[in-house]
Amino acid sequence: MESKINRYSKQLILINSLFILVWLVISVFPFIWTFWGSFKVKADFFSRADWMFAVTGVNTLIETGDTSTVKAYVESWTEGEFWKATMNTIIITVSVVTISLFLGTLGAYALSRSTYKYTFWILIAALIFRAMPHITLVSGYLFPFFQLNVWGILPTTIIVLVAINQPFTLWLLYSFFKTVPKELDESALIDGCSYFQAFRYVIMPVMWPGVVTAGLFSMMLAYNDFTVTSLLLNQQNYTMVPKINAYLGTIEHSGNYMWAVSSVVSATAPLFMIIMFFQRQLISGLTAGAVKG
Amino acid sequence: MPHKTFFWFFFPSGLAMLLFIGLPIISSFFQSLHIEPEQILMEVEKCDPFGCKTETKVDIEATTKLQEEQPLGRFNGLGTYGDRNHLAFEEIKEAWSNSSSIGEFTDILLNLPFYKALLFTLTFCFAVTPPVVILGFIVALSINTITKSLKGPTIFGVILPMIVTPLIGSLVLFWMIDAKGILGATIQYLFDDPNLSLKSSSQLTWITLIIYGIWHNTPFAFVVFYAALQTVPQDPIEAAIIDGASRYDRVRHIVIPHLYPVATFIILICLMDNFRVLEPIIGFAAEGVAQSLSWMIYNDLRSENKMLFGSAGATSMLTIIGVAFLLTPVLIRTWREFRTER
Repeated sequence: MESKINRYSKQLILINSLFILVWLVISVFPFIWTFWGSFKVKADFFSRADWMFAVTGVNTLIETGDTSTVKAYVESWTEGEFWKATMNTIIITVSVVTISLFLGTLGAYALSRSTYKYTFWILIAALIFRAMPHITLVSGYLFPFFQLNVWGILPTTIIVLVAINQPFTLWLLYSFFKTVPKELDESALIDGCSYFQAFRYVIMPVMWPGVVTAGLFSMMLAYNDFTVTSLLLNQQNYTMVPKINAYLGTIEHSGNYMWAVSSVVSATAPLFMIIMFFQRQLISGLTAGAVKG
Repeated sequence: MPHKTFFWFFFPSGLAMLLFIGLPIISSFFQSLHIEPEQILMEVEKCDPFGCKTETKVDIEATTKLQEEQPLGRFNGLGTYGDRNHLAFEEIKEAWSNSSSIGEFTDILLNLPFYKALLFTLTFCFAVTPPVVILGFIVALSINTITKSLKGPTIFGVILPMIVTPLIGSLVLFWMIDAKGILGATIQYLFDDPNLSLKSSSQLTWITLIIYGIWHNTPFAFVVFYAALQTVPQDPIEAAIIDGASRYDRVRHIVIPHLYPVATFIILICLMDNFRVLEPIIGFAAEGVAQSLSWMIYNDLRSENKMLFGSAGATSMLTIIGVAFLLTPVLIRTWREFRTER
């Protein structure tokens, strides 16, 4: 697209590259630093004497006999029961993504194909629901959940996360379904398909990009959630994020602090991998509602 | 699509939203009208050889019985909304009549828990949003100009702060800013003050939180601006170049006007998302000096044996009113869009 007249001067390219470089460092360096530091002992990562210790690992060498150690990882995964938190996160994430895509595609398809006015009001209601701070919803859940005796277990949290996620999923999938031409399912209906068959065999096969995008966002919500999981799950069922917070609660035990650091790395690494593969879908989802000309 | 088909398609999703988003709001409101039951006291006469004394003790049996009868506590009407931890009408009235100057009055007002939290929440919202929009725009402009092969990895690096959950993001920064961490130590060195710590004063903590907010939210603004930049028409830009417009003029008069609607979208979403700020406060361990409305609710619900449902419900309702104010422009915008579509 670059036309010849719109060429950049040398100084501009230089300033521009410099700026991007600085910005990249600001965005990425904290994660590299934490990754590096997670292989050190606490005395190095939080060094009173000299922050360079975190790079060279002086105290790590003294304490463990090597300049880097996986002690924090091993301990947090075994003794700290981070494996359990990981399992819970996987169960919650997979269930939330599956269920919310199932409900979301059905609902959004109906919203995009109905011509009645109530679809508009449903979408507005979904928008209002999306704006509700999650913590205000949690304050409404706790009491009934205690009374019904369903507090603290995974299924409750899964349903709650699915519901919280619905408004956004509906809007996202709605805008994707709108791009699929109506003629496609109309011709299927004329050929004798029921609405469900048209949805299942004609529309869904061309909807995969949208479904992947919506799935990605559901995954991020379920994987990253702190508000709901920390208040609706009991300690044994904690997912990764509240677990990390729980490690911090016991600062006095200095070993635990490095558990939190190593767990942060354990929790973010898979997420970054997934985003690396699905970056395009993520960006298309973020811009679905924003850019219309 | 006939009504009946629509109903069955939409039913599962609608039911989920109604049960777990609609009902909790009503439940929250209902809770806010009640207050935890008081402990029932009883007088016990204790006699020993030196005489009899009456003592007041908590009647545990009766208290438990009352809790079982009324698990939600007793009805309190709108009382919780007016108490010291919420709108604090009495305290304000008293402060108004007792304080000699406006300054003194605001001092007292902003030390009341609810107003303190409101002040922080609003400060956070309105201090984070403008830099986010401006930085996001600049980053988008400059990434738009680099070579295509470098764009993918660069964008990946830039969006990382947005992908991680706020708790983890704030922890990662917090560990660096810690007086014993790399940034904290460097700042101490630069200012030549070994006791300087970003945790030491409330202003510095607020600034740290705001910087975190900018760091976390800029990628979102960047992504949306970047996508919008791809839709800027090239013809007027080329015409402007031929007419001799400088690069700055082109951005100022063609690109920015094109991006106005996108910018308002970013501002609204940013304000709404930051209004619920909670995790950074926990991550930075800043509860002492910076409380937000969400944090007040979280704090009421955190303890496992004595949750203050009434108080949490009342703060939730007040927060929802705040969200409603921020939401109105979004709703108006959506409504207009729908009208033009039809």
